[in-house]
Amino acid sequence: MSVIFNPIETYRDDFTFRNTSKAIKRFPFPFPEDQYMYSVNIEPALKGETGSVFEHWFDIDEHYRSEVAERAKVLEKDPDRCLVMPHMELAAWDSLALLMTHLASDYPEWFELHRSGDQWIWENHALNLRQAFTYGDATTLPCEPLEYITRQVQGDFAILDQRDNNLWMDAGMVTGPADWSIKFDAGMNFTQWHAPVPMAHKMGVFDRALKYLMNIQVDRPVRRLNWTMTVNPRLDTSSETYHEWGHERSLVTSENIGQMVHLRVELQFLARLPRSHALMFSIRTYLIRLDELATQPEWACRLHRVLRDLPDELADYKGLSQYRALVVDWLKSYDPAESTCCAE
Amino acid sequence: MMSSMIEVEVTKVKQLTDVIREFTLSPMEGALPGFSSGSHIQLHLPTSHRVLKKAYSLLSDPADTSSYRIAVRLQEHSKGGSRFMHEGLSEGDHLHITPPSNLFAPNSSARHHLLIAGGIGITPFLSYLAEFQRQSKSYELHYAYRGGVTDAYVTDLRQAFSAKLHTYDSNLQQRLDLDQLLSNQSVGTHVYVCGPERLRHSVQEAATKNAWSPSRIHWEAFSGAEPGQAFQVELARLNKTLEVSADESLLEALEASGVEIPNLCRGGVCGQCATTYLEGDVDHRDAFLSQADQSQQLMPCVSRGMCGSRIVLDL
Ligand code: HEM
Ligand code: FES
Repeated sequence: MSVIFNPIETYRDDFTFRNTSKAIKRFPFPFPEDQYMYSVNIEPALKGETGSVFEHWFDIDEHYRSEVAERAKVLEKDPDRCLVMPHMELAAWDSLALLMTHLASDYPEWFELHRSGDQWIWENHALNLRQAFTYGDATTLPCEPLEYITRQVQGDFAILDQRDNNLWMDAGMVTGPADWSIKFDAGMNFTQWHAPVPMAHKMGVFDRALKYLMNIQVDRPVRRLNWTMTVNPRLDTSSETYHEWGHERSLVTSENIGQMVHLRVELQFLARLPRSHALMFSIRTYLIRLDELATQPEWACRLHRVLRDLPDELADYKGLSQYRALVVDWLKSYDPAESTCCAE
Repeated sequence: MMSSMIEVEVTKVKQLTDVIREFTLSPMEGALPGFSSGSHIQLHLPTSHRVLKKAYSLLSDPADTSSYRIAVRLQEHSKGGSRFMHEGLSEGDHLHITPPSNLFAPNSSARHHLLIAGGIGITPFLSYLAEFQRQSKSYELHYAYRGGVTDAYVTDLRQAFSAKLHTYDSNLQQRLDLDQLLSNQSVGTHVYVCGPERLRHSVQEAATKNAWSPSRIHWEAFSGAEPGQAFQVELARLNKTLEVSADESLLEALEASGVEIPNLCRGGVCGQCATTYLEGDVDHRDAFLSQADQSQQLMPCVSRGMCGSRIVLDL
């Protein structure tokens, strides 16, 4: 089953981003229960069902061309959203190799890779690109290797150096973060960049997660889901552009909720980079407006309960407090108030 | 997490000294998984009475995944591993190995890498050198050995890296003065040691004496990792007894017998698989349970019964 791309949609200004019913069906609804609390929700990233977002390591979907165009816009204004510290050069090539080999084998109709020793040819039919280059020689690519390949993939990437019993954010391509910034977190370790998160530190979530991540082996990737909400389908909610999107939270009314408010789910995927021993952390973001989400009433029912009972500290941290009550009220009609919602 | 095994063929066996042999392991098809400097693999050796699991450092250039190379020293009191490698393995034989993993990677923040090898402990550093050269890293290698016995790679090293190489032949009474070596380093230097236990201790001692912070001292740790042992488990409520073999986890043994336990990470951190036990000596290997909880609960994805013991689960 081949992926079909939507005509270019926007994640800013006129916000034309929409999901087809196919995209809605495969949306990674993140709640296994009617309540939500932080936990070490990490699992081996085994191959998922055909057509699901878990089928391949790097999910390419109908929004591919749109997301690539959005990334280009962000980078045009702010090239520093892509960062590669000098000691991460090998990890950048490692990332390029991992992405190219997986994309070519998982989506052969769109991507091709031909290798002969260090002479590689990359073809991206979706974007009409063809690049011959020497693996390991950055002068044979139009730009730095991590930037080159992640400009052609959906989702953000943090590349972590592993040393001193910790992980360090020393490289990355982050153009669509949920209220954080690669520029601010650059050079920080796992404990430091997670400092703003409430409650989880005391629960021991981060200590345990870090131990687990440092043991990830080549070809044994893991994944987890994280979620928040975003007003308008805006991918780039980076902390440094807060002035462009922060005020939109006050524009939510009970009339426009269905179109304006989006559940934002991150499918986070972690893989060991074989050659450099760095860790790749990819954040594949899925947006769904509440109108679309409510086409699956069991999701709306469960989201209602999760949001209603979410601890204030979490709601504050996720930036929901301003409009949470409105959303809970809007979702209420989907909740038959039976003992549990029947979402999977 | 159980790693899936890879089948390889021994395509070359080279006797380097009286006690050291080098083996080239090639994939049955295609290329082998990539690896980083300092990685090791586990070999599963089908000796006459049981399958032995032995970890060996990869010594080949990480840029080359067409084959892996390892070197094995025949240990005098070998319980079978190195003896099997020297006497029971020849070109054309097939073996199973795990994918590479790395517990001894170079530290990227080091300004200078000080490598200290004793005898066969040279192997992980051979994979460092190729990468260091390519990346123009600053390093020096101190290699202590017994001439004609454990000096397996000294000729190659003299040719390729003579400017950075310092050798110490115990036959010639050449001594490596660790105290002096470690007292002359800047704070950007990291030291890496691989070789006999007493070399490691001497390096640690000298480093401590010269006020090195522990984060700048690295040693190959896999040799100390405990392999699994077989044990027995009784399921009290199901009235069932299972044998857990050395190469499976308790969780896997339970699953194989049709007992479903909630689980997620399969690595002792998520807390999903917590199971109450009623009796037995448990080797707790998880990072989830508090010490107090460990007196009643265990995590079957990683924890085991002590060797040869029997544990009773509340299942
Ligand atoms: C090494 C890979 C990871 C990276 C690069 C990463 C990065 C981040 C960043 C940048 C934030 C935002 C912090 C802020 O407010 O500034 C965050 C939040 C968070 N992270 Fe991670 N993280 C990683 C792995 C994990 C793992 C394995 C867990 C497992 C429990 C985890 C749990 C969380 C939680 C619970 C939050 C709060 C999210 C929310 O409530 O929306 N992270 N992470
Ligand atoms: S499955 Fe996660 S602790 Fe056992």
